[in-house]
Amino acid sequence: MGINSKPVVFAVLSAAVILVGTVVTVFVPLFLPSTQPVSPYVKPYTAIELEGRDIYMREGCNNCHTQTVRPLRTEVLRYGEYSKPEEFAYDRPFLWGSRRTGPDLARVGGKYPDSWHYSHMESPQRLFPKSNMPPYGWMAKNRLDISNSFRKTSILNYGYSETDVKNQIDEYRAKVTSDSYPSKESRDKVTPPELQKDLTEMDAMVAYLQKLGRDVKNMEALK
Amino acid sequence: MEESMSEAGYDYKVVRGFTYSALFWLVIGLVVGLWIAFEMFNPALNLTPWLSFGRLRVVHTNGLGLGFGLAGIFATAYYMLQRLTRTPLPFPGLAKAHLYLFNAAIALAAVSLFAGMNTTKEYAELEWPLDIGVVILWVMFAVNVFAILIKRQEKQMYISLWYIIAMTVTIAVLYIVNNLEIPVTLFKSYSVYAGANDANVEWWYGHNIVGFIFTVPVLAMFYYFLPKATGLPIYSHRLSIVSFWALIFAYLWTGAHHLMLTPLPEWIQTVAIAFSIFLIAPSWGSVVNGYYTLQGNWDQMRTNYLVKFFIVGITFYGLQTFQGPTQGLRTLNAFFHYTDWVVGHVHMGTMGWVAMTISASFYYMIPKIYRTDLYSIKLANVHFWLILVGQLTWTVTMWIGGIQQGAMWKATNPDGSLMYNFLDSVTSLYPYYKLRFVAGVIYFIGILVFAWNIFMTTRQQPVEAEA
Repeated sequence: MGINSKPVVFAVLSAAVILVGTVVTVFVPLFLPSTQPVSPYVKPYTAIELEGRDIYMREGCNNCHTQTVRPLRTEVLRYGEYSKPEEFAYDRPFLWGSRRTGPDLARVGGKYPDSWHYSHMESPQRLFPKSNMPPYGWMAKNRLDISNSFRKTSILNYGYSETDVKNQIDEYRAKVTSDSYPSKESRDKVTPPELQKDLTEMDAMVAYLQKLGRDVKNMEALK
Repeated sequence: MEESMSEAGYDYKVVRGFTYSALFWLVIGLVVGLWIAFEMFNPALNLTPWLSFGRLRVVHTNGLGLGFGLAGIFATAYYMLQRLTRTPLPFPGLAKAHLYLFNAAIALAAVSLFAGMNTTKEYAELEWPLDIGVVILWVMFAVNVFAILIKRQEKQMYISLWYIIAMTVTIAVLYIVNNLEIPVTLFKSYSVYAGANDANVEWWYGHNIVGFIFTVPVLAMFYYFLPKATGLPIYSHRLSIVSFWALIFAYLWTGAHHLMLTPLPEWIQTVAIAFSIFLIAPSWGSVVNGYYTLQGNWDQMRTNYLVKFFIVGITFYGLQTFQGPTQGLRTLNAFFHYTDWVVGHVHMGTMGWVAMTISASFYYMIPKIYRTDLYSIKLANVHFWLILVGQLTWTVTMWIGGIQQGAMWKATNPDGSLMYNFLDSVTSLYPYYKLRFVAGVIYFIGILVFAWNIFMTTRQQPVEAEA
């Protein structure tokens, strides 16, 4: 075959051959709005939730937890409503995961109070002695870095002004540091005294987990 | 054959350098693997944030995929390219820089992943400055690949060179497209794609990076080193042509079988299933070509220690490429996905096919370069049996664990409620995780024997000038 003596032609032809499936199944869908539809009921993450999401990524939580419920009977029974494409319009990157060493988290928002998350993250084994989840109590000892919060939301086109971001952060800080915060006791237990009046990485993580799956309820109710 | 020509001018320094690099990262990657295998049944080893499972798992996959896998590919590619073209490396200085930069990049990659700089896209976790480094490294490699092919003394390009060309082109496309991201800081970026599109791009990449690192260049080694080691020509040239083009065409359609029953549009999933089933044909084309090459000479399985590695390796490749498409079918996928079944599947390919083939390629190549004999065939046999037993115990354990967990997730009581809570399904796997750890230790010992054998071979005096 003549092509076996023409390396450049061979390379160009190889590139063409691998690009056929690539164009049809990957590039074309990028330009079809139906691949990643948008719903007015799905809201972008707040600056705090986004910071929590970034910590979720940093710690590689996606290595053990998926975030997509499949339309299977026992799966809907276990986790809740199956995942809809609209829910992921603001997810960059996606965090669907590939292995469930721990349970799926797509519907975890609102399932437990904040206090549960503070205690569980600090020591999963205290709640579930045989759990193999790593402890993350140290997150409550790290002050949350909010220096890039506005930059992050603007890169992601969430449509917040700098004031919006500042307000979101201030509001959330006011909420978790207030004496009337229902999860105050659990939060204070894991948070060192010098950080109790400030935002920690753990606070952002809890905010993120509580957002997961919240919008789907509105979306389904209003369909 | 090219064996008879003068060795003058061939640059083997870079081949040696990448061989040592491969062995080094192999050992490191396996130590991390054992660490996280232990964490799976005892979380006590999550001692610090740097050693927590979520961070270490990506050090393991990147360390072995990029560190060991790519170094092994570069070592054998630089060797095969020179031998098959009968041409010395056009830019040995560039190749040397490639070697040093490669190791620096892998070290930086490991440190950055330990530190939590993680984009979370599987097998593409490195942050954007390292992505740029990877692209530069790839270009440095590609320059030598195409320069030597253009300058070559041998008119026809042998099968292995086709696979090297396909890898060089495809990895570049995959890596750049999937890693398009907008930097926030030096250590943080966001993907340019959102949600279902990001998932689709990622698994197009994820599936094909495995295909074009763990299949395509390893087939290049198989097609070169099997005939070399046995003295037998490849059974069918025509079959290798058909297999090659069908393989590289079909591979790129199949990524979405990793996204079965997710919110990704159903047609993309279905197309992926169809092409995955088709992919069995070209994959088995290479398997059959390998088996028939030994036609009438099967006694070499007994008499030639290298043949065991190649034939058992290609057998795992055959099993892998049959298991993959079947577990991609919607019904089976609904059961197996997200369980340890898939973890077992991956490790049959990497610990079985890839490691066996690279081992045997090194065993053939290193004594040739050093003009000596292998330090110990006996140790090579010990290595073979340890990694075979280790890998089989490992993968079979994970398959059984996967079936068990899948069944527990699906089990319902007569009233239709779930029979097991999630934690029950996790703790029931701990006996399997302990056995998997033991299997990993057996495998690791086999790899240490391998590294020792190669190291001692390089320490020997040359026995004779090559005839």
